Amino acid sequence: MQLNPAILCEDLSFSYNRYPVVEKVNVTVNERDFVSVVGPNGGGKTTLLKLMLGLLHPSSGRVRIFGKQPEEARPRIGYMPQHAHLDPQFPVSVMDVVLMGRIGHTRRFGPYTRADRECAEEALTELHMWEYRGTHFSALSGGQRQRVLIARALASQPDLLLLDEPTASLDLAVETELYELLRSFAERLTVVVVSHDIGFVSHYVTKVICVKRNVVVHPTSEITGEIINELYGSPMRMVRHNHSQ
Amino acid sequence: MHLFLRDLFQHDFLQYALLTGILASVSCGVIGSFVVVRRITYLAGGIAHSVLGGLGAALYVQKSYDWPAFDPLYGAIAAALIAALIIGMVSMRAREREDTVIGALWAVGMAMGVLFISQTPGYSTDLMSYLFGSILMVSPQELWLLVALDVLVLVTAIVFYNQFVAVSFDDEFALLRGLRVEVYYLLLLCLTALTVVVLVTVVGIIMVIALLTLPAAIAGFFSRSLHHMMALAAILCVLFTTSGLVLSYGPNYPAGATTIVVAGAVYLAVLIGKRVLNPGH
Repeated sequence: MQLNPAILCEDLSFSYNRYPVVEKVNVTVNERDFVSVVGPNGGGKTTLLKLMLGLLHPSSGRVRIFGKQPEEARPRIGYMPQHAHLDPQFPVSVMDVVLMGRIGHTRRFGPYTRADRECAEEALTELHMWEYRGTHFSALSGGQRQRVLIARALASQPDLLLLDEPTASLDLAVETELYELLRSFAERLTVVVVSHDIGFVSHYVTKVICVKRNVVVHPTSEITGEIINELYGSPMRMVRHNHSQ
Repeated sequence: MHLFLRDLFQHDFLQYALLTGILASVSCGVIGSFVVVRRITYLAGGIAHSVLGGLGAALYVQKSYDWPAFDPLYGAIAAALIAALIIGMVSMRAREREDTVIGALWAVGMAMGVLFISQTPGYSTDLMSYLFGSILMVSPQELWLLVALDVLVLVTAIVFYNQFVAVSFDDEFALLRGLRVEVYYLLLLCLTALTVVVLVTVVGIIMVIALLTLPAAIAGFFSRSLHHMMALAAILCVLFTTSGLVLSYGPNYPAGATTIVVAGAVYLAVLIGKRVLNPGH
């Protein structure tokens, strides 16, 4: 069993209405890797994530999560989507949202158990959001909502954490704090973070997957201005990178 | 008000009417809240209107074949459930033409009801009571059927509460947690269908949507969680149906229409009140 990597993509391609979104992707992510998926908007980052979750099906090639089909591996995956698709007026408290992560582990029907609540408390505490447990989800800031959604993913006690742009709309100080936290998660589970900020993440992660239709995997040490230029077509991010030092 | 209270103790039909309103309010608060937060008002409207097809067909069978036990409510239940399943399938599978299909089912259901009722022997006053409610004509047998529907809706909603909340809030995440999202969505629509049947008796097909959504929408302004919203919506619904009954009784107004006007007025007042007190939001 230990031979199976957390994520294995082999010649993975996906087309939307015959337009290729990702092509011939070969990626291996080992257990307890901390990996960042970077690339320009519309470059296929979210598509790659959804292929790993089995929400999209490959046009060709294959994905294996812990050696299994994505659908079968879902109980072991914690997922944080971008929060833009959620209805901000939905009447749920922070605790309600995090408890949703227990579905699939808890009883098939009826109320959540004490163990579910303890698990949710642990996840909220870890993300420093426990004091907000009774707050209406819509009353939170964008960054706080992202933390709650990460807590929801953690509450499902995953072995693999997939996060879609957890740092969008965060300022640099908060972003730094969040990456420190994610790095601590990577000591016990595999963490994959989608980000469009390559320069910044390369301080933290062990591996960078660059997606712009094709995929190139770099060990972090190889990230140079040249790669960034190639990926984004301009040195824009390098400037930001230097400022953040 | 005085007249209503005096007559309430003398006339069974008034007691049945009051009870019907209260019973309907319970499932109305619970399911109405799901309809509002899941934003499926239009789907519920389609289900409500296609109910007339079932009512008409059952009435036709009852009268033509002289089969009094076959209450039109059974036809309503069947039509509502079939409509819910069709609309649910369409909204999950063929997203781009969803509204067209619902609109078609909405109108065709009503048309079939009108045709059946026109061919039913005897008086056709029934059409008006189906369209605008007949809370003052509820029989004890119908009351028991309403109790049964109420219990069924409530028990299912309580047992699968967490699943319904998860599917309504973020169906993609629920799917990834291994929930059979489509099954729960269809189940929720079927509960909506049964609630619609209960409410048709109170306010009629045309005004069902208002009673299903207005109390929940008002409650939504003051609720931090869905179960608070449901409880508050149910209480508001009791207030609306009861005051509709009381206010309409003296001057002999239609009870269903009075209920809806009260609900609409309160909704408007709350909207304006929130604007005035909270201009920033």
